[in-house]
Amino acid sequence: MLAYLLRRILYAVPILIGVNLLTFALFFVVNTPDDMARMQLGIKRVTPDAIEKWKQQHGYDKPLLLNNTASGTEKITNTIFWQKSASMFALDFGYSDDGRNISREIATRMGPSLAIALPTFLIGLVAYVSFALLMTLFRATALDMAGVALCVVLMSISFLFYIISGQFVVSKLWHLVPISGYDGGTGGFKFVVLPIVIGVIGSVGSSSRWYRTIFLEEIGKDYVRTARSKGLSELAVLFRHVLKNAMIPVLTGVVVVIPLLFMGSLLTESFFGIPGLGSYTIDAINAQDFSVVRAMVFLGSLLYIVGLILTDISYTIVDPRVRLS
Amino acid sequence: MSFMPVILWSDALVFLLLLSGIACAWYVRRHEHLLLPWRRVAQSATAMVSLLVLSLFLLAGLLDTLHYQVALPEKNGGETVYSPEVLSVFDKLLTPLRTHTEKTYSAPLAVTLYTKESISDVHGNVLREYPRLRYGGAQLADIQQQGNDVLRRGLSGALAGLAAGLLIALGARRRLAKRGWPLRALLIATLLISAIIGMFIDLATSYHVLGTDKVGQDVLYLSLKSIRTGLIIGTVTTLVTLPLALLLGIAAGYFRGWIDDVIQYIYTVLSSIPSVLLIAAAVLMMQVTIDTHPQWFNNSASRADLRLVFLCLILGVTSWTGLCRLLRGETLKLREMEYIQAAQSFGVSSLRILTRHIMPNVMHIVLISLVMDFSALVLAEAVLSYVGVGVDPSMISFGTMINAARLEMGREPMVWWALASAFGFMLVLVLAANLFADAVRDAFDPRLNRTEVAA
Amino acid sequence: MGDILNVSGLVTQLRNGARIVDDISFSIKAGETYALLGESGCGKSMTALSLLRLLPDGVVRTSGKAQLDGVDMFDLHEREMRAVRGGTAAMIFQEPGLSLNPVMTVGAQIAEVLELHQGMRGALVRQRSVELLGKVGIPDAARRVTEYPLQLSGGMKQRVMIAMALAGQPKLLIADEPTTALDVTTQAQVLQLLRDTQSANGMSLLLITHDLGVVAEMAHQVGVMYAGQIVEQASRTQLLARPLHPYTQKLIAALPDQRRRNQPLAAIPGSVPPLGSVMQGCRFAARCDQAWSLCSEKMPDWAILDNGQGVRCHLYQDRGTLTGEKVNALKGQDDATSDSTPHRESIILQVSDLRVHFPIRTGILQRVVGQVKAVDGVSLDIPQGRTLALVGESGCGKTTLGKALLQLIPPTAGHVQFSGHELIGLAGGELRTKRAAMQMVFQDPYASLNPKMRVAEILEEGMTALNIERDSAARQAHIDTLLDQVGLAHSFKWRYPHEFSGGQRQRIAIARALAVSPQLLICDEPTSALDVSVQAQILNLLKSLQEKLNLSYLFITHNLAVVEYLAHEVCVMYLGRIVERGTAAEVLGMPRHPYTQALLSAVPRIAGQGVERIRLEGDLPSPANPPQGCHFAPRCAHTKDICRAGYPPATKLSSTHIVHCYLYGEG
Repeated sequence: MLAYLLRRILYAVPILIGVNLLTFALFFVVNTPDDMARMQLGIKRVTPDAIEKWKQQHGYDKPLLLNNTASGTEKITNTIFWQKSASMFALDFGYSDDGRNISREIATRMGPSLAIALPTFLIGLVAYVSFALLMTLFRATALDMAGVALCVVLMSISFLFYIISGQFVVSKLWHLVPISGYDGGTGGFKFVVLPIVIGVIGSVGSSSRWYRTIFLEEIGKDYVRTARSKGLSELAVLFRHVLKNAMIPVLTGVVVVIPLLFMGSLLTESFFGIPGLGSYTIDAINAQDFSVVRAMVFLGSLLYIVGLILTDISYTIVDPRVRLS
Repeated sequence: MSFMPVILWSDALVFLLLLSGIACAWYVRRHEHLLLPWRRVAQSATAMVSLLVLSLFLLAGLLDTLHYQVALPEKNGGETVYSPEVLSVFDKLLTPLRTHTEKTYSAPLAVTLYTKESISDVHGNVLREYPRLRYGGAQLADIQQQGNDVLRRGLSGALAGLAAGLLIALGARRRLAKRGWPLRALLIATLLISAIIGMFIDLATSYHVLGTDKVGQDVLYLSLKSIRTGLIIGTVTTLVTLPLALLLGIAAGYFRGWIDDVIQYIYTVLSSIPSVLLIAAAVLMMQVTIDTHPQWFNNSASRADLRLVFLCLILGVTSWTGLCRLLRGETLKLREMEYIQAAQSFGVSSLRILTRHIMPNVMHIVLISLVMDFSALVLAEAVLSYVGVGVDPSMISFGTMINAARLEMGREPMVWWALASAFGFMLVLVLAANLFADAVRDAFDPRLNRTEVAA
Repeated sequence: MGDILNVSGLVTQLRNGARIVDDISFSIKAGETYALLGESGCGKSMTALSLLRLLPDGVVRTSGKAQLDGVDMFDLHEREMRAVRGGTAAMIFQEPGLSLNPVMTVGAQIAEVLELHQGMRGALVRQRSVELLGKVGIPDAARRVTEYPLQLSGGMKQRVMIAMALAGQPKLLIADEPTTALDVTTQAQVLQLLRDTQSANGMSLLLITHDLGVVAEMAHQVGVMYAGQIVEQASRTQLLARPLHPYTQKLIAALPDQRRRNQPLAAIPGSVPPLGSVMQGCRFAARCDQAWSLCSEKMPDWAILDNGQGVRCHLYQDRGTLTGEKVNALKGQDDATSDSTPHRESIILQVSDLRVHFPIRTGILQRVVGQVKAVDGVSLDIPQGRTLALVGESGCGKTTLGKALLQLIPPTAGHVQFSGHELIGLAGGELRTKRAAMQMVFQDPYASLNPKMRVAEILEEGMTALNIERDSAARQAHIDTLLDQVGLAHSFKWRYPHEFSGGQRQRIAIARALAVSPQLLICDEPTSALDVSVQAQILNLLKSLQEKLNLSYLFITHNLAVVEYLAHEVCVMYLGRIVERGTAAEVLGMPRHPYTQALLSAVPRIAGQGVERIRLEGDLPSPANPPQGCHFAPRCAHTKDICRAGYPPATKLSSTHIVHCYLYGEG
């Protein structure tokens, strides 16, 4: 089993290298640093000197892959690829266009992101699973049908609508919480409660429906019939047998997103003015700050791969079939 | 000629999709077993009603895809000069809506602007009041009559629509009755929809039914124009995802070995990047390319259009991995099926096994995932446009509408109609698509299949 | 003794009104076994599920009464019913692999019953669980309670199911096809266990099965079900000695068996009608050769004969007289010829020392650490126009061998010579030309036809691939001939597979193989997914095709009755190796290898009462880690030291009979 996990972790390395090469190609090969400079400086009044200056400022005045003018290891290290792309493996993301250290920025912004994303995730998980269990318990009745119909309607509504109408009704009409803002201290509760509630409601439709499908698939299996033939009550069947087995497909979708919670949510953070990684990303996109976007792409996939490994670990905990083989 | 047809890139792709759709339909019609699940879809009331709604959206989108340029009156040395503005047949139909622009915001069905302005009356006195609209309710002498007029027009429009709907229903009834379609639900839906359309048409001739936006454009017009953008994002993306996912998915599952390893590696790398970030990165890079090569485009429409096509391309490249994984898994199962081994024992070539045996037996997964993805893509467009990596800001879409209207949230009293109609249209479109997708999944998923074929 | 279960007038319907269990009445005495016998889809399982009120969604019991131990079950509140389930009445199911919760330990699953119905708690529960596991014959029970189902073999899982059922000390055990998914030697173990348990606890058994052999071995009373109804009810001896209903008669006559070798089997034409499709008249009328007009108009009443035998057939409506005695003489088909003279013709397929090994990879770098020796040095010859049966239990490598012969799985080593030409190592075009000579018929007729292709396209595929009959008119004519050969109408060729029954599909699969005019057919369990009556049709077809076309068959099967009926020569396979081979008469009549002997004695037989049984202990070992020496040594009653030292060489007992066993060699 340990070998299995080790193999999964080793498998992550070529993937990360792939991500790194992909971002490098996207940011430096599709458009040359010259193009970016021209774009940043404004297309019309750009001079070759200005481009050179911009490139020098941002460290883009080196060859892409191989520096023939340098010698020794510098041939490789004194290049854009080495300094901008490969360095990300050491979690060194360089500096943003406004001259800040991206790594430090990420470290300070993870907290606020997590303050919204983690409660949303936990409350959501409990809420969706309970709702789905309820529909499963009353399957093929009017209650179940109504639940499914509600899910379909809820998942047909844009997340933007939940945010905008939530802010309008709760903050503007009822004045219950501030429209936006963030406070890391104890007073921060009033800022995070609405984003969390909206985050939970936002995916109640699709998630509950998905869990319901999983539960229904489980409940049609033979071992459930066995459990019933033992005289167990429907609730005992549901909680002791079905839920335990359904954990496996549920984990597949759930564990993988846990590390990504650090990244926060783009929309929620930008609407509610939360100084997290989500709003950082969106600001970078709007300011066309490529270094930050590049850093976030790499960080995102790193966290996703950590999530995949965590998923594998969680299987070995929940599923004896994985643990024992 | 007084006009010249223009085929934008996205138009060409839509026509390509339409042609392949028609070809598929023709093929399915000739194969009884392929038709069978569609019959089950046709028996579901929700599916058929949502299909009716969807086809109306589709009609609007298609009309909006037939583009042309109008010839200008002055000629340049005998050569006809065409206006740089690219119009569509749909624009032509909506000419009053398109051309009747006000100065700025006005509420739905209003006869005056939303904000007070200084107006000098005949006596030269300057007053602060709500100025009358140029077009909305211009036929009324007195704004007091607005309520009655709206009621009268709404009612007469609804009645006319109802009558038209009844005619359509009577005409179609005979042909549909035999096929076991849910007639009653379709009838009710037809009447309801035609009454609403009738009402909108009658009101729209003299009012801004859904108000106007900041620059005075009719919100109804904007919403209707957004349909095409949404549909294109939802469908043209398929042109990218489908071949990629299908070819790579079944190749990985069938050949296994190093081919499988390479394909798995590619899609794991792609799917490990959070999709919004990957899209953002790709769109930013595309923007740089477009901005640094202004000479590629002869007008703004083609520029916005190309950006839309590229957005579809990027969405496609980032979203084929899920379907690919599904198809790979299914192919792994199928390749162990005995009929594949029977074919192998005849020495049938791999290519033939893939096309004759594997592909037809995974098509239901492809179809289900395509209809399911459609609504997700329509919703994604709005979010991406908000994030700033969506369609060109000059292109009318649900996303750009929401983005523009959102800034006015803080206004007192609030300008709500642009947001409301964008969300409303989107909800109807996505809900219909979701309901239809559900029915398709129910009809095509073999795991849910009933025993009716066993006999 | 009184009745423990009394069912009367039970009707169960689908939501759309189709009656899938129609007016079933029977009773079971305390300590007795009542068998419900019937082919698939006749409503046996639904009857059992109706009794315990465990019907799936969409199926409802609409009328009838069922008294269990004096309590009317259909009047109970759901809460009271739960005390009955697993308490007074317990149930075990067909697929032990699927019927146990995969993520709970065996002990926890038994404990649930103990806590619920025996009110036990704590250490007592564990102690009793271990005790129960020991009782059902699971060695090392104390360790096994902490294991998960996946760590147990199929037979062990079914034992766990039985232990779980016994935990509530039930008065009635309902066993729904309890051994169908198991191998024949394991089946013998489980049936023995059920009998032992019954005699120890005095519990009644409602046994649901399709297997007449199992009925003959287990039942006291038998109810024969057909299309939702019980058509005949009798004691076991009565039923086997003198079946009354034409269906029962045919069912017994359709069983393949050595004595019927030289005659076609009494196949019942057509297949079981889908549940609820026949609403009028006798349900068997359409397939019955004694039916007259009344049969399709009026449903026959239940008639009880003087000897207590009950039957639902118009032949017996004037009670007591056995007019039905005029059992149809089996219609001998014109081509039934005798083949008693063992003739050796030219060898068409010669296999020597064939090996198929699959690497086992583990560790971080996926290094190959071992080999699963699925086929480990097999040699056999198939003569022209004859049938060689390859017999073995699941996991012994017989299917792998079949596929390796066709080069569907690349063999690791050895030689396969077809009419003197070596096949191994051929590639591309050369191999393709050889492929026409050898074809395969697969096990599952539902998986062996592409659902998206018409019959004509399916039959054409091989011809296209191998360039046979390029002219399209000739090709169509060839397709028609093929359909004639397998007894299907020409009009079928434009239909899709889903329109056909299992038997018809298997005919199409045979026609597909015949399309390229092969000389050898490899039949991989071609009848194991079919009902007995349909199996007979297919076996008859295969036999007559062999005579007409001089085909050779390699018949891969675990069903010894089929082997006895069909095979000229037999190879017995155990863990990748052939342990005994010879003519059918030699191997089946005078089995020499202890495994062959055990296998043959494990088959439940109608006429086999009182035959001494050789019980095999334990399960088939894993082919990844076969025992040292003779693979069978650990389970063999005659093991000597030498058996563990090395694999026994071939000992020739006659010119055709070869056995690998130290009992017969010089060693």
